[in-house]
Amino acid sequence: MLKATFETGFPVPQQLADEFTKQYPNVTWDISSDQFANLITTTPLLLASDNPPDLLRLPTMVSFAKDGLLMDLDNYAKAFGWDQWPVPQLNQNRMSPDGIRGSGTLYAMGLNYSLTGVFYNKKLATQIGMTEPPKTVAEFDALLAAAKAAGLQPIMEWGSAKSGMGLAFPLQQLMAAYGPVGPINDWIFNKPGATIDTPSNLLAAQHLEQWIKAGYFPPDINAIEYADAASRFTAGEGVFTFNGDWQNGPYDTGMPGNVGFFLMPPAEAGGAPAAMSAPLTFGIAAKAKHADCAAFFFNWVATNDTARQINVTGFGSNPGGPANSKMPSVAAGSVTNETLAAGPVVGAAGNSMDFIANATSSIFAQGWTPELQKMVGGQQDAAGLLKAVQAEYLRELGQ
Amino acid sequence: MPVPSKSTVVSTTTLDNRHVVPALSRWKFRRESLVGWLFVMPALLMYTVFVLVPFLLTILYSFFRWNGVGPMTWVGLKNYVTIFQVPNLIGTIIHAFWLVVWFSFIPVSLGLIVASVIHRVATGRFGAIARTVLFLPQVIPLVAAGIIWGWLLALPGLINQILKAVGFGAVTRAWLGDFNWALPAVGLVGIWVLLGFCIVLLQTGMAKIDPALYESARIDGASWFKEFIAITVPLLRYEIGVCVTVTVIAALAAFDIVWVSTAGGPGSATSVPGIQIYILAFTQRSVGLASALAVMLMILVLVVIIPIQWLSRERAL
Repeated sequence: MLKATFETGFPVPQQLADEFTKQYPNVTWDISSDQFANLITTTPLLLASDNPPDLLRLPTMVSFAKDGLLMDLDNYAKAFGWDQWPVPQLNQNRMSPDGIRGSGTLYAMGLNYSLTGVFYNKKLATQIGMTEPPKTVAEFDALLAAAKAAGLQPIMEWGSAKSGMGLAFPLQQLMAAYGPVGPINDWIFNKPGATIDTPSNLLAAQHLEQWIKAGYFPPDINAIEYADAASRFTAGEGVFTFNGDWQNGPYDTGMPGNVGFFLMPPAEAGGAPAAMSAPLTFGIAAKAKHADCAAFFFNWVATNDTARQINVTGFGSNPGGPANSKMPSVAAGSVTNETLAAGPVVGAAGNSMDFIANATSSIFAQGWTPELQKMVGGQQDAAGLLKAVQAEYLRELGQ
Repeated sequence: MPVPSKSTVVSTTTLDNRHVVPALSRWKFRRESLVGWLFVMPALLMYTVFVLVPFLLTILYSFFRWNGVGPMTWVGLKNYVTIFQVPNLIGTIIHAFWLVVWFSFIPVSLGLIVASVIHRVATGRFGAIARTVLFLPQVIPLVAAGIIWGWLLALPGLINQILKAVGFGAVTRAWLGDFNWALPAVGLVGIWVLLGFCIVLLQTGMAKIDPALYESARIDGASWFKEFIAITVPLLRYEIGVCVTVTVIAALAAFDIVWVSTAGGPGSATSVPGIQIYILAFTQRSVGLASALAVMLMILVLVVIIPIQWLSRERAL
């Protein structure tokens, strides 16, 4: 009997659990679910209890690992050969003894690996003369200007404080277009001395500010919730939207055959595209009673064909696993084909990043969201944005 | 239940025998106070577990650096200093006082007028319906209400559609996402939530006022407004005091209404201390800091509330 905690609203882990029991009838499940926001509050208590879940969705990792609440997975990684998998898969879940993410001991595994980029409405894109995805930021700019001139909403994005500011997506994509991803990851992983306030990031923030001033985002973005942005884009409001492949399913359902995906282009022609990619992080409690079984489940999810199929069909995200794994089939016309094809492009370039919203536990709520909202409201400029977020970052790390 | 009945017998028989009273009454007193304690016990136990203990723990935590799970480190008063580094802390307190206007002054004044109108003209079925409708926001789960208000106040929402229909297209905006209008918009949600509570409480108070007072006032030719100022408001001082106290606390310690409507945004235009406490405790996991801010907020609330209490009690006596 495996005790597990999953996230409400995401049925795939449950489907995987059911399939696992079908294949291994001696394993049954005791599953509880909660909202992500509640998981942040309850997970430490669950982990510290005498009867913790064996397998659980981790809203964050570092603080739990620091408190010794998570099982060290290094031995499992060796035994199952996870350490032979392509590198970016595991390193976001590694942590050094001084609490810096990116390398060190493995404390969690991803059930799958998300990918971000630009989704577009195919009909509207044709209308503004887009025949192929832009190859540079400048080409993308031209398309946005064409959309504006055609009286269309160039980009649909969410931005309310309740949902968290969606402009963090285009901002980070622009950062990776103007500069290398290494320093961005260092900042996210809290490497000593890392700063977000760099010259190339300033260019990125200024570019975003231009987009805002040009009216490329909806005027009411500060009040738009995540779900509303998704449904407005699906309904045809917005030529482009910055989002991740977890949204593939709803897009496919809402606008079948009419949604496309491309990676954010680099600043210079011939440069490598970059993307945010994060594992759907699950861990094993340090005091778990069935840790071996939970670790076997991790391995099974990434390597079993049926499990990989469930993952791709349900989530639309890359199931990871060994480099030579067979990619599950996807329905023709689904945008998942495009996101899955984009994954290896980013992987080959070594240009995957974690999210700048994940640098510290409240940098999103206290830094990016309010400061980007102020930028939309004309109360903050590019330089001030980076300075304010960096100050908040240092304040949180200092506490 | 043999024991209480026996004690009743004892007490009645001793009533007339004054000379045995001292010894027995002490016994009786102890018995009765024991019974009293037993009656109070369930509520007291709940109060202790869910109010007193968390209250004392909050004060205790405020002297520690603690993430909610790991080891606790004594830091003395450091949290009370660090708390001033929280982004825009003074701004959040100013917002809380602004909310007093929306959550307290308007609902209480409007509540007085509406309650008095209902009391005077609508005593029948219409009064009951009006009261129910106005009280309904207290019953609707706030999270659902937050979502509905979010839709109503959105740029494509109903409120803007109505404004456009009556020719005010120029003023339409995303009310909860506008730096100048988000706080009043949250205030509007607050009025909607708190008005019904004030009306029900004030109307109950009005029902207790002797109708003879109104009759004599009417014989003297007093208008509705005169009655309202000279009879209703003075005699409702105590109820008004309760309404003001409850709503001022709702404003200063506001969390739920703000959280479900804006979560503090845009920027920090509607951020209040309650939101900061939540983010510190549950997002940043700085339980000590959050507790320190909570203690400071409590002191702030007490400083505002005690004079209000004193005023309404003093005159009521």
